[in-house]
Amino acid sequence: MLSNLRQNSSKQRDARHARPVPSSLLNWLGVLPFFLFIFLFVFLPSFSLVSGSFQDRQGNFTFQNYLDLFSPSILSAYWVTIRISLTSALGGGLLGFFMAYAVTLGGLPKGLRNALLTFSGVASNFAGVPLAFAFIATLGRTGMVTVLLKLAGIDLYDRGFSLYSFWGLTLTYLYFQFPLMILIITPALDGLKREWREAAENLGASSWTYWRRVALPVLTPSILGAMILLFGNAFGAYATALSLTGGFINLITILIGSQIKGDVLQNTGLGYALAIGMVIVMAGAILIYYLLRRRSERWLRL
Amino acid sequence: MSKPNTLWSWFWMIVGGLYFFLPLLATFEFSLKARKGVYSFLAYERVFADPLFLRTFIFSLEMAVFTALAGILLIFPTVYWIRLKLPQLRGLIEFVSMLPFVVPAIVLVFGLIRVFSGAPFFLTNTFAGTNILLIAAYVVLTMPYLYRSIDTGLQAIDVRTLTEAAQSLGAGWGTILFRVILPNVRVSILSGSFLAVATVMGEFTIASFLVGIRAFGPYMSLVGQNKTYESSSLAIISFALTWAFIGLIQLLNRGRVQTQIAGAH
Repeated sequence: MLSNLRQNSSKQRDARHARPVPSSLLNWLGVLPFFLFIFLFVFLPSFSLVSGSFQDRQGNFTFQNYLDLFSPSILSAYWVTIRISLTSALGGGLLGFFMAYAVTLGGLPKGLRNALLTFSGVASNFAGVPLAFAFIATLGRTGMVTVLLKLAGIDLYDRGFSLYSFWGLTLTYLYFQFPLMILIITPALDGLKREWREAAENLGASSWTYWRRVALPVLTPSILGAMILLFGNAFGAYATALSLTGGFINLITILIGSQIKGDVLQNTGLGYALAIGMVIVMAGAILIYYLLRRRSERWLRL
Repeated sequence: MSKPNTLWSWFWMIVGGLYFFLPLLATFEFSLKARKGVYSFLAYERVFADPLFLRTFIFSLEMAVFTALAGILLIFPTVYWIRLKLPQLRGLIEFVSMLPFVVPAIVLVFGLIRVFSGAPFFLTNTFAGTNILLIAAYVVLTMPYLYRSIDTGLQAIDVRTLTEAAQSLGAGWGTILFRVILPNVRVSILSGSFLAVATVMGEFTIASFLVGIRAFGPYMSLVGQNKTYESSSLAIISFALTWAFIGLIQLLNRGRVQTQIAGAH
């Protein structure tokens, strides 16, 4: 009996080694359309930009385009873009976190939570041209808030504020940034276990100690990860910035836009290098996001 | 358990609430001021009377619907197949579905123009060609959340058992995919596509470079350059539109909210 079994299993093993399952090749055909699409419309365009970025005007191989990225005007465009993205990610992240805290653990009425999540779903998707219009009507020179503040004796524009500059753009971005934070971080706050708080309090911890020593360390990877997503969200923004400033702000996306329209850099290769530079920054951000998410999953099941 | 600080909570809710509602209020108020001295819906009337409004709106709606359909046809069978036959590819497809986040829309359209405007594709030479390119770009743009919602939907059902049951009753692959599996993940697919439609409707970046004024996003931008009141009313209209789509999604999901990460901002 036993030997019979053993013989059988060894036969099976041999059979598997002898002829691989014939259908496996067919299995791969099933995913071919998708990967073909990705190849055509994601990889081909990306590789085309990469290859273009290594060519000079005559089509010879060169690193010069990447060295040219370090010219003052281009560096400043990257720097302004990164600063706006960081500021709006940090501001939106904090406001979003506090609001998410308020409706999850902050003791506010239950109905508020659903309302807030709905608003956040809408606001995080409300961007681009109409968002710019809305902020012009709010904080533009004749905008409602500007006029009201002027009546109260505060002249924003006299004090150096302009909607069409760094802070104006950052405030506008905040409109889609903090709702996104709320949507991402609410599940993480829901994942904080009541038992942890009770255990901490049984050991004599104050609310502050609990937050500093238990809750925040658990939440930190989620918070940072969410803020990185916000960063990327602002970093790639083009429509909002263009319709708000009419292109008169030195952002990397705006620069790429004018390069597509009419080779303003007078060097196509440099334009491609500019675009690849953006991809590199985003790839770095996403990489950090993934590492952080893996850490946060250790404690929070999202 | 110590009482949470509700005053602190209310404070942040009020700050956020003001941030959310003030721009809407200001825009709405502004959009009513087209007639001097009195509030009126004149700006809205003008917008609706503009033949370009309807034409671009319908064009973008068509593009949005085709995007959702193409996205579903491309992603749904693939995710199903990977779950069923090629689980080793799950990590790869998850990675691929996040790629659009790494390649911002402006970079994507830059690359697409470089590849497809010349030989051997020449897609930008005809209206039909540019429309196809636009839809393809939108499928890429909306892939992260279309993938996510389809994947979540399929995760919730027992794909293998359903497939085997259907097979043992003699169903072919088409029947299994579209008459057995699809009805089970209808809700997630619908909510994913509504989000796709909402994003694509007012999309500006890609549309402005590929089809220009034929699409709704560039049309809004053009209005903004020379008609102040009309642009405010357009902002309100498109906000209402976003609200409608998100509301539909929430109805479908019974309260769960979804959002897009890679976006058309």
